[in-house]
Amino acid sequence: MAKAVESSGELGTTSPRPLMRDLKAVGKKFMHVLYPRKSNTLLRDWDLWGPLILCVTLALMLQRSSVDSEQDGGPQFAEVFVIIWFGAVTITVNSKLLGGNISFFQSLCVLGYCILPLTVAMLVCRLVLLAEQGPINFMVRLFVVIVMFAWSIVASTAFLADSQPPNRKALAIYPVFLFYFVISWMILTFTPQ
Amino acid sequence: MATTAAPAGGARSGAGPEWGGFEENIQGGGSAVIDMENMDDTSGSSFEDMGELHQRLREEEVDADAAAAEEEDGEFLGMKGFKGQLSRQVADQMWQAGKRQASRAFSLYANIDILRPYFDVEPAQVRSRLLESMIPVKMVNFPQKIAGELYGPLMLVFTLVAILLHGMKTSDTIIREGTLMGTAIGTCFGYWLGVSSFIYFLAYLCNAQITMLQMLALLGYGLFGHCIVLFVTYNIHLHALFYLFWLLVGGLSTLRMVAVLVSRTVGPTQRLLLCGTLAALHMLFLLYLHFAYHKVVEGILDTLEGPNIPPMQRVPRDIPAVLPAARVPATVLNATAKAVMVTLQSH
Repeated sequence: MAKAVESSGELGTTSPRPLMRDLKAVGKKFMHVLYPRKSNTLLRDWDLWGPLILCVTLALMLQRSSVDSEQDGGPQFAEVFVIIWFGAVTITVNSKLLGGNISFFQSLCVLGYCILPLTVAMLVCRLVLLAEQGPINFMVRLFVVIVMFAWSIVASTAFLADSQPPNRKALAIYPVFLFYFVISWMILTFTPQ
Repeated sequence: MATTAAPAGGARSGAGPEWGGFEENIQGGGSAVIDMENMDDTSGSSFEDMGELHQRLREEEVDADAAAAEEEDGEFLGMKGFKGQLSRQVADQMWQAGKRQASRAFSLYANIDILRPYFDVEPAQVRSRLLESMIPVKMVNFPQKIAGELYGPLMLVFTLVAILLHGMKTSDTIIREGTLMGTAIGTCFGYWLGVSSFIYFLAYLCNAQITMLQMLALLGYGLFGHCIVLFVTYNIHLHALFYLFWLLVGGLSTLRMVAVLVSRTVGPTQRLLLCGTLAALHMLFLLYLHFAYHKVVEGILDTLEGPNIPPMQRVPRDIPAVLPAARVPATVLNATAKAVMVTLQSH
């Protein structure tokens, strides 16, 4: 980002314009994920800032403040991080091997951005958990997580399906389904102590 | 040295054509023609100089006359300036050769196109292979065909991981999901890769006609039965139902694998050894996943909280006021763990 500022064209001024431009690009992609239409904005100018922000947010929120031991926080962050990124890499490699014509980073970008609905679900679950515990509490959380899980899959299908040969779309989408299922499971079974 | 002294008077710029023979020798693969120990060390490390050199060359387009002046000075400097340029030339050559080799090695080993033929499947093929994995073949007189693909087995292993995680949904206890995830992935992949390798080794001993890829594919598709059994029995916790499914579904997929192996092996002893081992490992793995895997998980949970607390009574020790509220989720959400405990205690 520092280089971008220096090369903004005006010598000697540190203008915040490229930072705002990048943030606006990330925000625009978030909007595209929330209202998935068939467009290739995510694919054309891909970036990995959005997935990084989402991944870090999710990993931070999935930590527990454990009363028993202090070292519960560290490994959980690292493991969520690793699971998300290795899952995304595996899906990308799989879709390339099936004959897809999407590039490596484009696919990572799409999968990362489509974690946004699940991050929203995590926030909602966190808020719901502040209320009293009970079966209704669990049902509400289950409903929210299922809806957001379906939203993630629909969003990523809208972007990824076009890059596959038409008869193999199901083969490429199935691992995406498993990936978001595992993340949803992590979100649903989270309880702060 | 003669080789360095001879063209000393000639080349000022140290350009390529003067050093044609020199370049060929370097490209030949590393046997240095020139004894570098006798080089003047004024230029320091030639490799580090390379970066600076390239940087300077880009900026020096405006300084063409300065470069010409430098060349004039070289005459006065004699050996010193010349040797500096020579070592830079050598470093440049070695850098290029090294870069070429590295990129060749990278494109050879990091090429995922090696795996591309194994993923060349259609959804209809995957579906039919999944169904066929539950149907034992009757003809064991001639070798049965095994499809050598890796997409189906890989997806089945990941599905098994997901099902194992789904069965572990106890949500009001302190769980390190990362450890559970690592255990699940390690167990499933370890079984698939490890048992395939072991049976392939046995097949090599017993002279069976099967390749490693075919063994991986066969065992991978055999996990389809495991997925079905575990998915059903993690949601319906009946003891007898599990045993029924274990025998029926597990047995069918094992019979299918056994029949394929028998059709590819000659000799009764070899057939018995190979198929007995595979059948035992496959059925025992399903038993393990249903019963002992829970124990492993309970063991992980116990090491976090102390060994003497039964899982059903995990209550916060310091906050008794929360106790009644915490009980309610225990009845709803811990149904899985409760049924497991009942099953374990009944043994």
